[in-house]
Amino acid sequence: MRRFLWASVVLALFVAYPLLFSTPFEQRLGALVLLYAIAASAWNIVGGYAGQVSVGHVVYFGCGAYAAMGAYAHFGLSPLVGIPAGIVVSVAIAAVIGVPTLRLSGHYFSMATIAVAELARLIVTNTDYLGAAVGLSGPTVPRNVFDLSFISALPYYYLFLAILSLTLGITWWMANSRMGFYLRAIRDSERAARSLGAPAGRTKLYAFMLSAGLTSVAGALYAMMFGFVDPESGLGILISVKILIIAALGGAGLLFGPLVGAAILVPLEEISNNLLGGKGAGLTFVVYGAIIVLIARFQPGGIVTLIKRIWAKRGKVPETPVAAGASHAP
Amino acid sequence: MSIILVQVIVGGLLLGAIYALFSSGLTLVWGMMNIVNFAHGDFVMLGMYVAFVVYTLLGAGPLLGAPLAVLVLATLGVIVYFGLIRDIMKGPMLAQILGTFGLALLLRYSVFWWFGANFLSLPENIVGGTFEIAGLRIQASRLLAGGVALLVTFGLHLLLTRTSLGSKMLAVAEDSTAAQLMGIRPDTMQAIAWAIAAGATGLAGALIATFFYIVPTVGETLGIVAFVTVSLGGFGSVPGALMAGLLIGVIESLSAYWIGAVYKDMVVYSLFLGFLWFRPQGLMGKT
Repeated sequence: MRRFLWASVVLALFVAYPLLFSTPFEQRLGALVLLYAIAASAWNIVGGYAGQVSVGHVVYFGCGAYAAMGAYAHFGLSPLVGIPAGIVVSVAIAAVIGVPTLRLSGHYFSMATIAVAELARLIVTNTDYLGAAVGLSGPTVPRNVFDLSFISALPYYYLFLAILSLTLGITWWMANSRMGFYLRAIRDSERAARSLGAPAGRTKLYAFMLSAGLTSVAGALYAMMFGFVDPESGLGILISVKILIIAALGGAGLLFGPLVGAAILVPLEEISNNLLGGKGAGLTFVVYGAIIVLIARFQPGGIVTLIKRIWAKRGKVPETPVAAGASHAP
Repeated sequence: MSIILVQVIVGGLLLGAIYALFSSGLTLVWGMMNIVNFAHGDFVMLGMYVAFVVYTLLGAGPLLGAPLAVLVLATLGVIVYFGLIRDIMKGPMLAQILGTFGLALLLRYSVFWWFGANFLSLPENIVGGTFEIAGLRIQASRLLAGGVALLVTFGLHLLLTRTSLGSKMLAVAEDSTAAQLMGIRPDTMQAIAWAIAAGATGLAGALIATFFYIVPTVGETLGIVAFVTVSLGGFGSVPGALMAGLLIGVIESLSAYWIGAVYKDMVVYSLFLGFLWFRPQGLMGKT
């Protein structure tokens, strides 16, 4: 019961945030934190719970973004209509990549996902229908509320909050279902899980497809908020990296890890970009790189794991500690 | 066969020799420690920038730039091994991938920050002009780079198979506990492997810089080329990397000639995915 109490307190704080911090910059920052939390939570299903480190999630992100913008640019429909299309395409791509690569050891999977992402970026950059290097734009002037084109960040904030709650709800349900137990068993030792009868290949594939579909929703939301998508903002490898780092910093394989990671990293980036201006772009990623190396070296479980450990030391009852990060059987 | 086609193939082989050289570095640490260095392409990039800095500061060509690149990268290799790899090697897989990926970002954007995003290049005639052999027009820089790369890759193979250092390294790769009982220090051997791998990669960077564009993000493309080469050639196999490197060089040149330069990377990536699907153990790899 206490857990639900805490969850509702946290939710209330999130609902109240834009009322307490009401400048456009703060509201926009809040919306971005939630957006990246959605993307990172989606990644977390396959990268954290299943321990299959995808570095190509930007493909699904891009699918959603391009589907949303394409629905408007080519058919004059609301970008919302693009969301289901983006989900379908993403899940199909995930299935096609997942079937051959999920059989292989983890490194292969990571490399294959990078190759797919780069391939997608090259193809889109050379496809006129998808706007080639220029990209696609959404509605400049909203025709009605369903175009989801607002000047204020406030509507986006609450939309993203709703979708994030949904994503976390799905993740929570999955983690506590049979599938979640299979996934954790596979992550800890695939061979042992198989020998106990867990259908490893199929479970990993389902997780990958679920994760891809949710990531494409994040991509569609991103495109709606910014009103356009181009190969760099929709399919650049750095978006994959950002999603991955946010989840890993917070705690991969933990429900609230990605949210914590986003709440730390997104403001850090926005503020450093504001302070450093154009020159800061390079420096931001230097800091990113350093942060990732340090997490990998000293705290592969992420910040949430660290906090849990400190709490446990203080004598509080630790919530069933989940070993984060995938120890991998050869 | 038309003379142009021969020219394209020769050009592909010379480029492929350099691919083979830096992929040998990747395959060495992969085969020996079962760790994938996602920063490998950025090691090549650093080698290129060392050559560039040597040229702009001292006006010297690859004769000085290449040995210096080897030295700098080998040192970096040892630092990376002791500072990062040694600890994450035993850790979870997520830590391994994150660690080397973070390193890649750190290197790439440090260079980006310092040198900017501009495309740089060394002067075209830094090694000598273009000359003709039997009707083929070949740039001296490409010939030198390809030739040296071929020799060094072959030398690496000999080092691993014919010397006592090579045997010790293979022993550690096979079973590090058993090697330790035989009086071989796994730590030292693995550090040496990182020095050799990174040094060879730096050399490849300095060589390719004589005719390639230099930009901080070049490591991204070259890194994927290295992955493709290693998965084609099989893990830990230097002869495999050599053959696969040459093959990819030729395929790239031919697809650039036949389909268009924009599509050459697409062809290589598709080939890679196709290979992962049908023959994940590589051309010459063991199952």
